[in-house]
Parts: sequence; structure tokens; C-alpha cells
Amino acid sequence: MSASARRIFADFRVFGRGYLRNGVGLFFSLIFPVILILLFGAIFAGGGAATVYVQNNDGGQLSRQYIAVLNGTGVNGSWPIILHSVDPSVNFTQFLKEKSGNSAADGISIPQNFSLDYQSNVPINVTVYGSPSQSSSQIVSQIVTGVSNSFNLKGTAPIIGVSSQTISAQQTKYIDSLVPGLIGFSILISPMFAMVNISAEYKKTKLFKQLSLTPLSKMEWLASKILWYITLSFVSLLILVAVGIFVFGAHITLTLWLLPFIVLGPTMFCALGMLVGTLSKSVETASVIGNVITFPMMFLSGTFFPLYLMPEYLRNFAHVLPLFYVVEGLNNVMVYGNYGQALIDIGVTAVLAFVVFVAAAKLFKWRED
Amino acid sequence: MVRLIPIEVNNLKKHYGDIKAVDGISFTVNQGEVFGLLGPNGAGKTTTIEILEGLRKKDEGTAKVLGLDPWENGKDLHQKIGVIPQQFNFFEKANPKEAIEYYARLFGTPVNANDILKEVLLEDSAKNSFENLSGGQKQKMGLSLSLVNSPDLLFLDEPTTGLDPNARRAIWEVIRNLKAKGKTVILTTHYLEEAEVLADRVAIVNHGHIVAMGTSDEIIEKYGSGERLEIHGAKELADYIQKNTELSVDYDPTKGVVSIQLNKKIDALAALAAAEQSGLDWGEIHTRRDSLDDVFVKLVSGAVDDSGNIAADGTQNKSYNSSKKMRR
Repeated sequence: MSASARRIFADFRVFGRGYLRNGVGLFFSLIFPVILILLFGAIFAGGGAATVYVQNNDGGQLSRQYIAVLNGTGVNGSWPIILHSVDPSVNFTQFLKEKSGNSAADGISIPQNFSLDYQSNVPINVTVYGSPSQSSSQIVSQIVTGVSNSFNLKGTAPIIGVSSQTISAQQTKYIDSLVPGLIGFSILISPMFAMVNISAEYKKTKLFKQLSLTPLSKMEWLASKILWYITLSFVSLLILVAVGIFVFGAHITLTLWLLPFIVLGPTMFCALGMLVGTLSKSVETASVIGNVITFPMMFLSGTFFPLYLMPEYLRNFAHVLPLFYVVEGLNNVMVYGNYGQALIDIGVTAVLAFVVFVAAAKLFKWRED
Repeated sequence: MVRLIPIEVNNLKKHYGDIKAVDGISFTVNQGEVFGLLGPNGAGKTTTIEILEGLRKKDEGTAKVLGLDPWENGKDLHQKIGVIPQQFNFFEKANPKEAIEYYARLFGTPVNANDILKEVLLEDSAKNSFENLSGGQKQKMGLSLSLVNSPDLLFLDEPTTGLDPNARRAIWEVIRNLKAKGKTVILTTHYLEEAEVLADRVAIVNHGHIVAMGTSDEIIEKYGSGERLEIHGAKELADYIQKNTELSVDYDPTKGVVSIQLNKKIDALAALAAAEQSGLDWGEIHTRRDSLDDVFVKLVSGAVDDSGNIAADGTQNKSYNSSKKMRR
């Protein structure tokens, strides 16, 4: 073993031992994601809102009223659907296919002459587009049928019928994307929160200065932390996959394609946490900046809920968050088998990890000038 | 064969903006010597010692430690020196034994952790985590780590600051043992007693300058005011002795003490005879020499409190270690 590897291993060992003795770190790294998967997996459809596209080919008053009732309606008060209007000139099925990408996109098509036919008691067919296996599609169908029935009750005979059309070939469930989402969550929070705190605290207590008096270099110190969080992320991945499959029957794949994300993700967030901790003037400032960076990433990168449930501006915003590429990449390799897109995610994550790592290594000082 | 001088410092300067933290300090530390850097907080002790440890870059002057430039050859130097920084800190969940083993792996040196713990009198707390150690035990742990690479030169930066008297004396014992083994030690402190007890030579630092340097006796001899006779009595007694002898007499109204400069031992008899003749009341008498404490107060224009700050009223508890008590 080279002298450098020996030092990295020595630091890995002493840091890891301290980490395992500290229940808080261990809880947030390994136990908390499991609690979340059990919680979200169990309540699954108990909250949130579904974005649904609607194309009104009628334009009459009754169809507008019908859409107004649909908008915001949920099942038992939860999962309300939020309607987004699509121009009648647009090819709706094509539009939904483009929107669906790797995730589901649900749509409702209101036929021409809806208002006129309703008034004339001519049967009307409202089409719901989606994937039959998607939880969101099932909910949308349920809501449209419910609203249509309430309209039918006003007439003498059922007028509005609902038919379904499959728009996505993907056969995924909420739990399938929750597992990679929570793996991404685990990759983010453990190294990020710990390194922000450690870097600021070691600077304050002059522990960095003390370590600089030993043969350990700052790069070796950082390398041992990265190695530790890669190990921790790997363990967390195995636990979450096991819970996902054995408790909720998730359809996910364990593949070597996961490795780049398990290596690059912790590297990026260790370096980012160290950068924040090193550049902050105090432990308190570091903590605030760390939270400002971490929380939006935690909620807006598709970790807990698929991105298609979010408004378009938030979906666009997600693309500037480093965690987005980790979570999207994990979904691509674990759920969709879309390795082409995963390669792009790996590339973006690698570039971001490299940039943050170099910046942290440059700006982090053992000694003072 | 020429013996290497462990530390050579010449006209060392370090400025932070307009603040001259170190302003032209020069000294040498000889092989096997315990050298004390004394001074109040902000005097420039820690900046000086951190430059010598290779932790800070100097602005001007030269500094050679074991023949190396500390900043340029920091990594080589750190293999050869032991350091206990001010307010030693460590990973809170690690215990002293693990810490020594960790340092041994970093230095690539096989050590017997128990031997080192025995040397610093920390065997009983070998498996207590750092967060559960007392202040004195933490400092001992710092000392133990500074010994892992078997250095011949040790830097101890305020090793007993904030410790209770018992813990302080335990650390002193460890330092005395190191000295007995021939280690060279540079020690910063603001405890005068500590410097007097441990250091072969001291340098008193104030405002970035060395204001006095030598053995404690040499400094007291040079900057002290010699032997004095002190008599507890009233101002009238001081006036009477002044008027009826050729002695130099001072009076401290806060303590009610008449202080007479003794140029010769026989001056004490003249002063006591005058006191007796005065018919005035007088109480306890004793003779005393200036301690390093007294000289220090004169040189830095004030005493230092336990935290190393110059006391606002300029007073302090004086050491009477050279006084001879006599009763009437």
C-alpha cells in the first residue's frame, strides 16, 4: 500500500468509526430514507397534485363549465388535477407523447359540439389519455368519470361517456421512481450536510490547522471523506432497493450503470459541502448557505414526486439543480432502461463533480498566508 | 562536528494590515533547552510560533527550524517536530489510544500507544472519547500526539491555558520528563510561574517585540529593583524612616506597606532600628526580591489575568517565592 493510500485509509477509518458512533449521522444517512420510502410508498396517492393537459375542441359555455369543475377536483379531497389548456390546433396525441418523455403525461380531450350535443341529448365521448398502469392516469380517469356522472345526473339519460387511450408505453408505478428518487436524496443529504458542518467546524476549532501538521494532505483528507460517503450511499442504495422490491413490489433494475452515479454523486456533494463550509465565515453562515442550496435540490429534483406533477416553470428550474441529473440518471437506468439519456446524465454529473471538486481543492486551505 | 541550532530567528516580521503582530523578533533556541515565550494575549507569541511551525508565512526576516525554512519545507519539517497547538482539539468520538494509532498511520511510524499514554500520564483515560475528557486530559492527549513521530523538537503553544492548578502541574511534570530526555522545547505561556518553573531561558514579548530575554535570574537581575524590606505600617512610619535614614523608602497606601530598598543587608537593621525608634505601630515584616512576575508587569505595563489579557487595574497576585518571613 502506498503511503498516500495508507493515510487515506487511516483517515477513512477514524472518520468512519466516529460517524458510526454518532447516531444522528447514521440515522439521516441510512434510516431516514427508509422511513421516507415506507411513508411515501404507503400513502402513495395520498397527496400532491397531478398536472393534466386538456384540449377543448368545443369552445361552448357548457364545455368550459365542465372543465372548470374538473380543474381542482380530487379523489376524496386529495390528488386534485390541475388542468393546462392546449390549443385545439395542436395534434394532441403527439403533444402528449412529447410531453411524456420518460414519465407519464395525462390528457383530456373534449370533443367538438360538446355543448350543443349535451343540450340536444346526443351522446358525447370524452377521451382520457394516459397509461393504464400509471397511478396518475388511474386517478385522472376516476375524476373525469366522476365529474361526467354528475353532469349526466342533470339530464334524463347518461350523455357523457368516457373512453381511455394509452399514450405512454411505460408501465411504471409511483414506487418505481420513488426508489431512485430517495437514493438521490440519500446521495445529496448525507455528504452535503455533513461536509458543510465539518468544514466550517474544523476551520473554527483549528482542526484543519492541526491536521496540516501531519503528513496527511488536504486532497487525501477530502478523498477519504468522498470514499466514506460513496460507501454510505452504496449501502443506502441496497437498503432502499430491498425495501422497494420486497415491501412495495417496485419494478426496478440493479445494474452496473448505477455505479457512476454512486461515485460521482457523493464526490460532487462532498466537494460542494466542503466549498460552502470553507468559504463561509462562521459555522452558522455555512449552515444557512448549505440549507439554501440543499433544500430546493431536495424537493425540486424529482426525489419525492415525479417532475411531471410540477408546473412547467419548476420543471425547467430543476435542470439547473445538480441533483436533477443524478435522480434522472438513476430513473433512466433503474426504471426506464434509457441508457442513452443516462449517458448524458452521467456526463453532466461528471462535469459538475469535476468543476466543484477542483474549486473546493483550490479554495480550501490547510495553512494561512 | 558543528551542533545544529534547532531554532534560529532573525528580525522576523508579520503584519496584518496596519497591525504589526510580529515586529522584528530575533532569538535562538539551543539543543536540549526549554525556551519560553512569555507575553500577554496579542503580544505575537502564537503568530511567531505558527510561523516557526510552518503554519503561517512570514513577511520579513529569516526563520530556520532544524535547518529548514518552515513555510517552504513544511512537509519535511512536520516529520521532525511535535506540536501541541493552542486549545488542542480532536475528533470528538475518538479516544486517545485510537488517536495515537491514527497519527502513527499518518506518519508511517510503528508506535506502542500504551507507552506514549504512560509517558503523558493518560493511561487511565485511554478509551474515553475526546468529548468526555477533562481539559487537562485533552491537553495530555495533544501532548501524546505530538510525541508519535518521536520528535527532538516540540512546540507547545499555551499548553496549560484554562486548566486548573492540578491539571497544570500534571502537564508540567510531563514537560519536565521530556526535558529530562533531552528534547528541545519551545513553550509559549502567559503564566509567569510556568515559565519560571519550566524554562531554561525566556523571552518576554510585547507588541510584537522581545522586550527582555535570558534566564529568569538574568532578567530579574537586569530589570528588577533588587532586594527590599517590607514593613506593614502607616504612612507616618515611612516618612519617619525616610527622614531619619539615608535609605530609599516607598509607601503603598493600598496595602499599607512601607517598602525599603536594601542596597546592603545591613540596611535592614538601620530601617528596623528607625521603625523601633519612631514609637509608631508596625506589624509583619519580610524581605523580598522582584519575581519574574514583577519584572513582567514593569515590562508590559500591567499584569495578565488567567486568560492572558492585561488586567485593567494593573494589579496581580505576586509571587513571594524568594521572600523570607520574620516576625517581631
